[in-house]
Amino acid sequence: MTVRIDPPSATAEGCASCSMANLATLRKLGITMDDWDYVAALAGNPNVGKSTVFNALTGLRQHTGNWPGKTVARAEGGFQYAGSRYKIVDLPGTYSLLSTSLDEEIARNFILFGRPDVTVVVVDATRLERNLNLVLQVLEITDRAVVCLNLMDEARRLKLTIDERRLARDLGVPVVPTAARQGEGLPLLLQMIDEVATGKTICRPRRIQSEPPALKAAVAHLTEQITHAFPGLPNARWIALRLLDGDERMAEALRTGELAELGQVSAGDGRGDGAESASSDADSGEPKRPAERPARSQGRSLQVESLR
Amino acid sequence: MSATTTFTPEQILKTAEALRWQVGGAFHESLMEALYTDAAQIADRAVARPDKPPRFDLDRTLDRLVTSRTWGFPLMLLLLAVVFWITITGANVPSGLLAQLLIDTILPFLKAGAAAIGLPWWLSGFLLDGVYLATAWVVSVMLPPMAIFFPLFTLLEDFGYLPRVAFNLDNLFRRAGAHGKQALTMSMGFGCNAAGVVATRIIDSPRERLIAIITNNFSLCNGRWPTQILIASIFLGALAPAYLAGLISALGVLIIALLGVFLAFAVSWGLSHTVLRGEVSTFHLELPPYRPPRIWQTIYTSVIDRTLIVLWRAVVFAAPAGAIIWLSANLTIAGASIAEHLINFLNPFGLLIGLNGVILVAYIVAIPANEIVIPTVLMLTVLATGMTGVGAGAGVMFELDSAGDVLAVLRGGGWTLLTAVNLMLFSLIHNPCSTTIYTIYRETGSKRWTAVAALLPLAMGFIVTFFVAQFWRLIASL
Repeated sequence: MTVRIDPPSATAEGCASCSMANLATLRKLGITMDDWDYVAALAGNPNVGKSTVFNALTGLRQHTGNWPGKTVARAEGGFQYAGSRYKIVDLPGTYSLLSTSLDEEIARNFILFGRPDVTVVVVDATRLERNLNLVLQVLEITDRAVVCLNLMDEARRLKLTIDERRLARDLGVPVVPTAARQGEGLPLLLQMIDEVATGKTICRPRRIQSEPPALKAAVAHLTEQITHAFPGLPNARWIALRLLDGDERMAEALRTGELAELGQVSAGDGRGDGAESASSDADSGEPKRPAERPARSQGRSLQVESLR
Repeated sequence: MSATTTFTPEQILKTAEALRWQVGGAFHESLMEALYTDAAQIADRAVARPDKPPRFDLDRTLDRLVTSRTWGFPLMLLLLAVVFWITITGANVPSGLLAQLLIDTILPFLKAGAAAIGLPWWLSGFLLDGVYLATAWVVSVMLPPMAIFFPLFTLLEDFGYLPRVAFNLDNLFRRAGAHGKQALTMSMGFGCNAAGVVATRIIDSPRERLIAIITNNFSLCNGRWPTQILIASIFLGALAPAYLAGLISALGVLIIALLGVFLAFAVSWGLSHTVLRGEVSTFHLELPPYRPPRIWQTIYTSVIDRTLIVLWRAVVFAAPAGAIIWLSANLTIAGASIAEHLINFLNPFGLLIGLNGVILVAYIVAIPANEIVIPTVLMLTVLATGMTGVGAGAGVMFELDSAGDVLAVLRGGGWTLLTAVNLMLFSLIHNPCSTTIYTIYRETGSKRWTAVAALLPLAMGFIVTFFVAQFWRLIASL
């Protein structure tokens, strides 16, 4: 039996599309981010390993600790994968996106107004039910999401079996089982992040279904008005929910026209057509859509939003 | 409403207002309920549990033990004491070796080099006896304890012990009128107070957050651990026979750390019953699963992230401080050096509170970084007492191969056990470093609260050391 190792130039066609080959091209960029093609946000409950995933992708050593509330400010870093440069934003861990505390507000506003190209929701596989509450809320805001089913090593230790295909079907977004501390599952996670961000995979996220009829009717009514006023908005229903909840930040965004802007960008933002161009001219280093980025997401590394 | 009209923002807001009244006050609750129902459904379909729960659950057993009413606190104290003990006994030998290398071997070499290329005495004094010696001192005194203490502490953190500490302390914080999460920000403060102040963002209520910010300074920080450990080793350890010395010193440091925790409670209680009155808010704290710490990675990151950063900070501040001290010791006004004027000016007040002028000057020099208090104290002591035979003149640091030499120098400077105890107390209770003060200002956005956070502990430090000194002298005179 002979084993022949091909030089890189002779790599067969099939290899180029394999996630393992792409992993070999993963370049951890740390915080040296001058421009980027896509923005990925990392959301999740406290203490599920967001910072560990963040470090694994960026090569940074943002301090991780085994206690909830480790990350209180946004941390940013970058990596390059499959020819595209990604900026990745580690959001504070929250149990929900519905309350008024500062950390939840930072996470909520970034996912909505920061318009990440993909939001990775890191969940604790051993506490799936409670973690899904947040996943469902994120899926109300954005339909470009990947669920990272982390801490699979612990789930195995507890002898839990999780049917991730079933979960992916029910949620309508890709689900990737990982054990980030051991580096397990990261190649597939990267591939899914890339596919969702570039539009190769189109998600059909599950929206909350069990509301009582009165609530459902009210939300539908308001959503219809918002859709009429801002036809391009991908998350009119979430905005309706927030307005019904009396969210002042959202009301202000509505009055100042910030929401209208969100709608226009989304409307002109072809989902499928980013894919080819992303891989072809990535090496030119041209930022693809910097003009569309809100000014506040331009900051670099450990940007801190202090209290007003 | 017809579907052909477009809606203005004001109209939409009005509709939202009207609908909110229709749905009623239960909007938030029914939405949450819907969320939970959906989540439960999906999770139920995806997760298969083992038929029988395992008979022995290690996590639960450990949790019963470390959060138990009877064993929780003793275990916590025991763990801390063991960490200090390992740090103190483990740091002695490498400290001595480093001092030997940096001060006994390299310094004469550098001096010979300086003489060979004909550097003027003032330049070589300034650079070598000032800047280099101060830096070498900081490295040899601080590096070994930090390289042992930080990895140990990080391992505990990685294991998942901190939230259990928070759980144990929650009841006490509630009684003090503060937020239970303050236990977590306090633990962060044991590393760095500036980081602890930023961590208070996890507290929602502004009232409780302010309390947490103001009291964070009572957590001994990186910059102050070495002071505590060194002074405890040389003064408290000397009280006991050699085989008990490490243990006694560790207990001394533990008592100071606990006093800090007690003061955090006391000041929280005081604030929440006077200027920051209000209700205690509820919160839920998740006890994360215990995770086997990744030992090598933890050691690597804690050495890189904490030890070297703290050391770098110390060096960055120690080098110019060394230069300033050398200058102030060698520039004279009216027959005495500037440093002597300052020390003599502050000495009466220092002695009144059981310290001395040297220590107070050192604390003024050390406002940017607590790390340099001990090196500054030693340099100034030699200067003030006009000691000869150590080093080569005023403001020059000297060869200290062992803790015993430090003891001899400090005794020569008029130090007693009272001075040592009061220095440990004052190191715990004084104004935060300038970085922390700036962070407090950035987080609170208020000059008034920043001033309170800076001056309250300083005033308390003066009061505590004053009373300790008076009682000490009263008892000693009996």
